[in-house]
Amino acid sequence: MKLLTTMMLAGSAAMLATGALAQNTHIDVAMQLEPPNLDPTGGAAQAIDSVVYSNIFEGLTRFMSDGSVVPGLAERWDISDDGLVYTFHLRSGVTFHDGTSMDAEDVKFSLDRARAEDSTNAQKGLFANITDVTVIDPLTVQVTLSVPTGSFLFNMAWGDAVIVAPESIGTAATNPVGTGAFVFQDWVQGDHISIARNPGYWGTPAVLESVTFRFISDPTAAYAALMAEDVDVFAGYPAPENVPQFEADPRFQVLIGNTEGETILAMNNGAEPFNNRLVRKAVAHAIDRQAIIDGAMYGMGTPIGTHFAPHNPDYIDLTGLSNYDPELSRQLLAEAGYPDGFDTVMTLPPPSYARRGGEIIAAQLREVGINAEIQNQEWAQWLEVTFGGHDYGLTIVSHTEPMDIGIYANPGYYFQYDNPDFQKLMATLNQTTEPAARSDLLKQAQTIIAEDYVNGYLFELAIPTIARAGIEGLWLNQPTAAIDMTAVSWP
Amino acid sequence: MIRYMIGRVTSLCLSLVVASMVIFTVVEIVPGDPAAYMLGVNARPDTIAALRTELGLDLPTAQRYVAWVTGMLQGDFGTSYTYRTPVSQMVADRIAVSLPLALLALAITVVIAFPAGIYAASHRGRTGDLGVMGATQLGIAVPNFWFAMILVLIFAIKLRWVSAGGFPGWDAGLFKGLKALILPAFALALPQAAILTRVMRSSLLDMLNEDFIRTARAKGLSRRQALWRHAVRNALIPVLTIIGLQFSFLLAGGIVIEQVFFLPGMGRLIFQAISSRDLIVVESVVMLLIASVIIVNFAVDLAYAAVDPRLRTGA
Repeated sequence: MKLLTTMMLAGSAAMLATGALAQNTHIDVAMQLEPPNLDPTGGAAQAIDSVVYSNIFEGLTRFMSDGSVVPGLAERWDISDDGLVYTFHLRSGVTFHDGTSMDAEDVKFSLDRARAEDSTNAQKGLFANITDVTVIDPLTVQVTLSVPTGSFLFNMAWGDAVIVAPESIGTAATNPVGTGAFVFQDWVQGDHISIARNPGYWGTPAVLESVTFRFISDPTAAYAALMAEDVDVFAGYPAPENVPQFEADPRFQVLIGNTEGETILAMNNGAEPFNNRLVRKAVAHAIDRQAIIDGAMYGMGTPIGTHFAPHNPDYIDLTGLSNYDPELSRQLLAEAGYPDGFDTVMTLPPPSYARRGGEIIAAQLREVGINAEIQNQEWAQWLEVTFGGHDYGLTIVSHTEPMDIGIYANPGYYFQYDNPDFQKLMATLNQTTEPAARSDLLKQAQTIIAEDYVNGYLFELAIPTIARAGIEGLWLNQPTAAIDMTAVSWP
Repeated sequence: MIRYMIGRVTSLCLSLVVASMVIFTVVEIVPGDPAAYMLGVNARPDTIAALRTELGLDLPTAQRYVAWVTGMLQGDFGTSYTYRTPVSQMVADRIAVSLPLALLALAITVVIAFPAGIYAASHRGRTGDLGVMGATQLGIAVPNFWFAMILVLIFAIKLRWVSAGGFPGWDAGLFKGLKALILPAFALALPQAAILTRVMRSSLLDMLNEDFIRTARAKGLSRRQALWRHAVRNALIPVLTIIGLQFSFLLAGGIVIEQVFFLPGMGRLIFQAISSRDLIVVESVVMLLIASVIIVNFAVDLAYAAVDPRLRTGA
């Protein structure tokens, strides 16, 4: 018995020792959703990018936390005067994790694969303007576009545009092989994914030796895991109600960052009664944004008045166009021919901004006589019924793709906004590469949709990250879904 | 006995066939296209069509049903749409958590319920009995996820004896594995133990009123001897039924507990698969669970026959 106790003591001492040692070079990161697979070029799930973006896979260009686009695997590039030919000069000495070298052939393979007819890339639109990819020499690749595309370098920074190798892409779903600062180690499905520092990385090597991503979907469990110090970082902490508790606890730091998620009350512009601008304007004035931010998001989120991220330099504040004014809203409804209001259906996907926000909005709409019947839908059902089938009146969703105002130029998109002027403006924007002109066009675009009251613009989704005090280098903002661990370290 | 067996086996097979049809139909009817879900809101229609072809979703429903059933008969449960791994492998990984968890919870249930039930029955109406009955009342009333949260608060956050959740895998060692399962097992077991205690007690009390106990007492056995030698064994039949039901529940019904402790078990697999419309996983896993329930019931029927000689010879 005595021996056993001694052994146990020795054992726990050893465990403590490894625990302390591991703390300086290892971080456990928790996130809410588990990625379905690890191939960022074959699915839309944000959880895939959260794990692999920048850590495992890299593209020609990449996003920084502030949303800027900087050189990635392409060291620099030349753009022809007509804006149609991009010549990328690749970094030399870059290798994939399996030891094969990354060269122009891999770039050609990746881009051609993404735009191929049978491609299953969720953002195939990013590659739509590419007409040709030519290898000039092993470190130079030339991409030809059909029309000048101002956002091309930005597009190439997306997780869906990362550079992959033909040798390894077939098994990327379960064994991703990229060029990043971390190498994929193992994945115990349902529990965790481990990555380890890439000793042969071409750039600044990662500080951490290893990172484990854990998947904790239940908000209560998320709280417990942080409090028990089982995880060091929780990216996208799902229980905003107890964020203040972490703020008050010296063991933790709370980062509240921006995302690219414009959270909107979408209206079905293609059907009665929301095909009437007056009705849409009435809805917009019936909504008290701050009440929704406070009530549904516990104060996290920036009010928006149009479909554009407030942290973007080209953003203009148009919230005044749709200030909270229920009296005006009732007048507008009467003017539109609905003096007694009307009944409609509001479909709500699972995230809490939608489910909680939906209850508040329904109550606010009732004040002006609009009776919105709430229908909760799972994502798959929402995609089929609301998004694909256009069978809804109102819905709440956060559009998390960066710089996605272009969706308003697609009349077949689920809110069915069909304005030829706007479509023309977007076409012009796509062909404009000059920054000042682009900025001007983007501002015009924001104003058009705000003045047309296409949707109810609620707030920019915030993302709380909770981390142990002292951890440095985490992304504050989420210009794209990513938990970039390449520069993260313990103090 | 043979006729009894044939009857049981026939009903087992019929149940499985009907179950497979119901599952497939229900899963197919529910709206939601797995390919559209995977590709998200910016996907183009031709991309979704390409993925549907790749996944085999463009084939006619009847053809897919036949392919699914024949595959299962050959031990092939298909390949997950989203994870792109064989369903059989995923299930095997998850069973490695769920089955030990269910067994551990069942063991805790039995270890608590048997003595408590026998004690309560033998002390009927006295303070001890009232105490046990009060405790079981509480055990049934408290939802297991709430109990789980209390356990986490005490043992993971305050005392730091165990992790708040997660599973290190059996590779990390038997001790670490069991350590990760002990709190969830207790959380799962407590309400079940409360139920089983009450069943054990009332079943025993029924037996104690039977003629054969009076006879046993009349031939000179003490109350205690009669209880242990005759009543307990006979009281086991309803208890076995409940244990069979509880095991099925523990195996499949741990979804909430698996969420609270973020364990990679079967319940969580089904939950994820349903929300991502990973139809083949939902179909195959639910089918496996139903099969296991049906087979456990079959085993319980056989156990009745073992405990009760009348079933063996009578039919």
